[in-house]
Amino acid sequence: MQKMPVWADVILIPLVSLLLAALLSAAVIVGIGEDPQAALKLMISGALGSTYGWGYTLYYATNFIFTGLAVSVAFHAKLFNIGGEGQAMLGGLGVALVALYIPWPHWSFALIGCTIGAALLGAAWAYIPAILQAKRGSHIVITTIMFNFIAFALLNYLLVNVMRPAGSMDPATASFPEATHLPTLHMLLEPLGIKFSKAAPANVSLVFALLAAVFVWLLIWRTRLGYEIRAFGHSESAARYAGINPVRITVIAMMVSGALAGMMSLNTTMGEGERLILNSTEGAGFIGIAVALMGRSHPVGVVVASILFGFLYQGGAELALWTSIPRDLIVVIQALVILFTGALDNMVRMPLERLFLMFGRKEG
Amino acid sequence: MDNANTAGRQETAAPAIELRGISKAFGPVQANKDISIRVMPGTIHGIIGENGAGKSTLMSILFGYYKADAGEIFISGQKTQIPDSQAAIAAGIGMVFQHFKLVQNFTVLENVILGAEDGALLNTSLRNARATLRQLAQEYELEVDPDAVIEDLSVGHQQRVEILKALYRQAEILILDEPTGVLTPSEADQLFRILRRLREEGKTIILITHKLREIMDITDTVSVMRRGEMTATVKTSETNPQELAELMVGRKVLLRIEKAPAQPKDVVLEIENLRVIDDAGVERIKGINLNLRAGEVLGIAGVAGNGQSELLEVLGGYQPASGKITMNGQEIDLTGKKSDGQSRRARGIAHVPEDRQSEGLIMDYTAWENVVFGYHGDPRFQSGLFMNNAAIKEDATGKMERFDVRPPNPRLMAKNFSGGNQQKIVVAREIERDPDILLVGQPTRGVDIGAIEFIHKQIIALRDRGKAILLVSVELDEVLSLSDRIAVMFDGQIMGERLPQNTDEREVGLLMAGVTEEAS
Amino acid sequence: MSMMSKILGATAAFALSAGAALAEPALIFDLGGKFDKSFNEAAFNGATRWAEETGGSFREIELQSEAQREQALRRFAEAGANPIVMAGFAFATALDSVAADYPDTKFAIIDMVVDKPNVRSVVFNEHEGSYLVGMMAAQASKSGTVGFIGGMDIPLIRKFACGYVQGVKAVNPSATVIQNMTGTTPAAWNDPLKGSELTKAQIAQGADVVYAAAGGTGVGVLQTAADEGILSIGVDSNQNYMHPGKVLTSMLKRVDNAVYDAFTQGANLETGFNVMGLANGGVGYALDEHNASLVSADMQASVDAAAGQIASGALSVHDYMSDNACPVE
Repeated sequence: MQKMPVWADVILIPLVSLLLAALLSAAVIVGIGEDPQAALKLMISGALGSTYGWGYTLYYATNFIFTGLAVSVAFHAKLFNIGGEGQAMLGGLGVALVALYIPWPHWSFALIGCTIGAALLGAAWAYIPAILQAKRGSHIVITTIMFNFIAFALLNYLLVNVMRPAGSMDPATASFPEATHLPTLHMLLEPLGIKFSKAAPANVSLVFALLAAVFVWLLIWRTRLGYEIRAFGHSESAARYAGINPVRITVIAMMVSGALAGMMSLNTTMGEGERLILNSTEGAGFIGIAVALMGRSHPVGVVVASILFGFLYQGGAELALWTSIPRDLIVVIQALVILFTGALDNMVRMPLERLFLMFGRKEG
Repeated sequence: MDNANTAGRQETAAPAIELRGISKAFGPVQANKDISIRVMPGTIHGIIGENGAGKSTLMSILFGYYKADAGEIFISGQKTQIPDSQAAIAAGIGMVFQHFKLVQNFTVLENVILGAEDGALLNTSLRNARATLRQLAQEYELEVDPDAVIEDLSVGHQQRVEILKALYRQAEILILDEPTGVLTPSEADQLFRILRRLREEGKTIILITHKLREIMDITDTVSVMRRGEMTATVKTSETNPQELAELMVGRKVLLRIEKAPAQPKDVVLEIENLRVIDDAGVERIKGINLNLRAGEVLGIAGVAGNGQSELLEVLGGYQPASGKITMNGQEIDLTGKKSDGQSRRARGIAHVPEDRQSEGLIMDYTAWENVVFGYHGDPRFQSGLFMNNAAIKEDATGKMERFDVRPPNPRLMAKNFSGGNQQKIVVAREIERDPDILLVGQPTRGVDIGAIEFIHKQIIALRDRGKAILLVSVELDEVLSLSDRIAVMFDGQIMGERLPQNTDEREVGLLMAGVTEEAS
Repeated sequence: MSMMSKILGATAAFALSAGAALAEPALIFDLGGKFDKSFNEAAFNGATRWAEETGGSFREIELQSEAQREQALRRFAEAGANPIVMAGFAFATALDSVAADYPDTKFAIIDMVVDKPNVRSVVFNEHEGSYLVGMMAAQASKSGTVGFIGGMDIPLIRKFACGYVQGVKAVNPSATVIQNMTGTTPAAWNDPLKGSELTKAQIAQGADVVYAAAGGTGVGVLQTAADEGILSIGVDSNQNYMHPGKVLTSMLKRVDNAVYDAFTQGANLETGFNVMGLANGGVGYALDEHNASLVSADMQASVDAAAGQIASGALSVHDYMSDNACPVE
């Protein structure tokens, strides 16, 4: 069967999905007596209209790039890693341990150290469900979800009982030492003569996220391992025939995925919070699923989708600040976008495909 | 029964089915082009054509799965719209698909009434159905235990259930899509008996197949399709296989492979007391012994599911087994670390797997990615940390050219090639490595006649270069014509070995059914 | 056409309101949301009371994410809101870094101390209020066993518990106090079902008065206590009305007063350390028509006497958070 052109697949479908989500959101806003056009304008100017807005948009986008890439890598091996949330929490623990207990001379060394810490713990957290799937056939969706809860409980225990400074009420670690504080985009861009908002939390880990996207692209499409991961994902029986070890691929793909999810904590814990708090991931591990779906598991798509979701988060914050749209409805609007771009992909795809078939025939 | 007479007698009545000017396009691909066909009631009409000729599309239109772009359908002289399968069933059309649509853990009776229950209460439906079923079974010699669970039935009996389902829905016209693909020769004979019986009772049957022999055996009339067009409709009694084959392919074809006598040399592969127990604990191979010599084709005949697949998988390195296999005097690992596809390939064992779609190819990979599949670890295709995609593409382009893969575009996805060209990609990949041993499973399943000829020639050429070939095929014709030696497998055992020149279809067919000389 | 101009007009007005300098105060709620029937809601009530009395208006935001703490502070500060009040100790880190950037803006943080010249740190002596309701619990109890159900297990809640136990023991040194925490995660603030289960468990162990210091979880505690026919004690707001005649009293933590005060003082907010204790009406116990029948004159007299002693400094209640330990169990 003749399919749609590629541009329609990667651009038109997400665009139409977004439009539908926007229309429904507008209906919601009208329903509570606010002005949707003004709301949209506020979201755009708040999220993209200033370096300050961009700083927040990119800050959120950094999280989503990491978790979106994590979901993508696993998805190429047809492993549905729902555990990005838990892996990111463990990554945060890795960051905190490295930043708190090793004296670092400079942030650049600390960043490398923390990256290793975050990646290692994130990967380790993904390893257990991976090995359970590969050796015992325990479904990875179930185990990774359960591991989110375990991660939360573990972090909670550590933060409440072990790592919390005496007398502090917050289930959080002490602030990291000054030498581990990451430069924000403001500091990074100043020498280049670019004025970037000082207040925005976007920081050097954005660069790491983009590097990670390049790394994932190379890994998946340019290395033997990536070839095997994709082969395994497309057809397990063919992979077996070709002598690709399913246990090895499952474990490696999940560990890379977990490491990427863990590295998200560089942004939240090391970059923004400068201490580990209980809820530093805030669902970014789950948003990563929507990002990967929308980005078609391709690094470029993931980066673009991440910026879109970053925009939604920052735009949503602006709505909360300046309008009386309740927080819960802002979440509804964000959820609509996720629903349309992720879960309801086929709802838009099928009619569009039919449309293309019709036009294709008329031309033919 | 005189087929020509039967057909002739009905000539005056309205046709059971008449299609006029049916066209259907998928984008730029014209799957059916202005097709007209008349099938008289009480006849068996064959439709033959290569893969992708448009047979399935045509039948899907008839059964309401697709809507034709143009054309009309007449059932018993009445113009009929068939927007969906319900309408098709209402019009008296029944369809038996190649892959059965049965609920595996339901009984025969439950499957038959599924979707045709009369009323909310199952008991009444079941009671009425039981009576109807008994009547149908007597009428058409379609005996099946109504309380048997589907998964316990043989493939042949499952097919009967499909036919019963159609008859239960009062089908007057029965369409069968490649019905003998999964049957033993004797099961196929039984099916044909049933079909003849149905014809006697006045049913109209359309038989879709690519097997010329079946067309000649059972049909009254035959239509040949090529590239979406109906190239000919002839009375079966007035044609012959050679003519049909040429009509299908559009040129002269060799139906039998031409080959010089084999010159077997040393034993390269020795299999001793091989046993395979699958994940469910069922013994699939029960201690077999086999030798394979350089320069010969050893054919393994047998009905699907009698251990041949497992044998290929063991040799291919992805099915653990016990026993002993030696290659050129060296023992091969049957379990553990060295027992995988890559180690086997490194030792010079190449493998064209039985199922190219689920094993031999990654359908969502491009052709060039597939041509390196299994050999992607080769240092030739690596450069530093990365794969040397340029080298792989170049290699793939050459192989595709030499094996005449069409279209010769290595950037196309495997799924976009026809079955025959997909198979050529697999065969090119495996043969071009010049292996010492080539394992071949079902090399021509779902492959058009033109490609069959080509693939057979390549296998014989490899043999003539002094390599050993182990051929597994459920097509008895293929095993008989290609092999230099034949072993027959039944129920995980080797029933016997024969030389093709000293045996015939009947003898091998009996062995395939587990009947040994002594017993029969 | 008119529709179009209407939209355009609205947009313009909107843009104006978003950009204009705000002379109004702002209130930032914690992640729990403003209608939690407890802490955040008390803050909201204080702000509303101020708005109703003065006819003024105020900005507010419910946070969605951790990163928004600092964002909300900065955005309100940049927009000129003054003072900016935040409900919850979790703002401390964000405020610490933001306060210095906006020296002309006054901030007030509740339940935490942030040592900056333009910050007012409001803390409550919850142990003092808890001491009083502990005394009442011991006097109302017939079995000599009373219960305490906390929300999330953090030092702040242990501070409640410790004051409560001291009050109980002051009246009846041989009394037993059963203590349970609902959980160790923030979910413990809003788990009425678990609150109900814990209440039943404590009743089974003989408790006939339970004190809930557990946010939304307390709703379940009060409900179950009423259903099972024992007395309960509410917290933060006056919760006596929820089950008249079944709630012995409520330990009042006047978060609303703190917000009201801050808003009233406006841009001239007095900064520094602001302890809200018995002495200045920051904490107390609730007495109204819903529990008048339960509180005897004796009981009221003894509690009021103790309150007076605490306020004057004659009686000192140990603060758990001063050394992370409690002298009594």
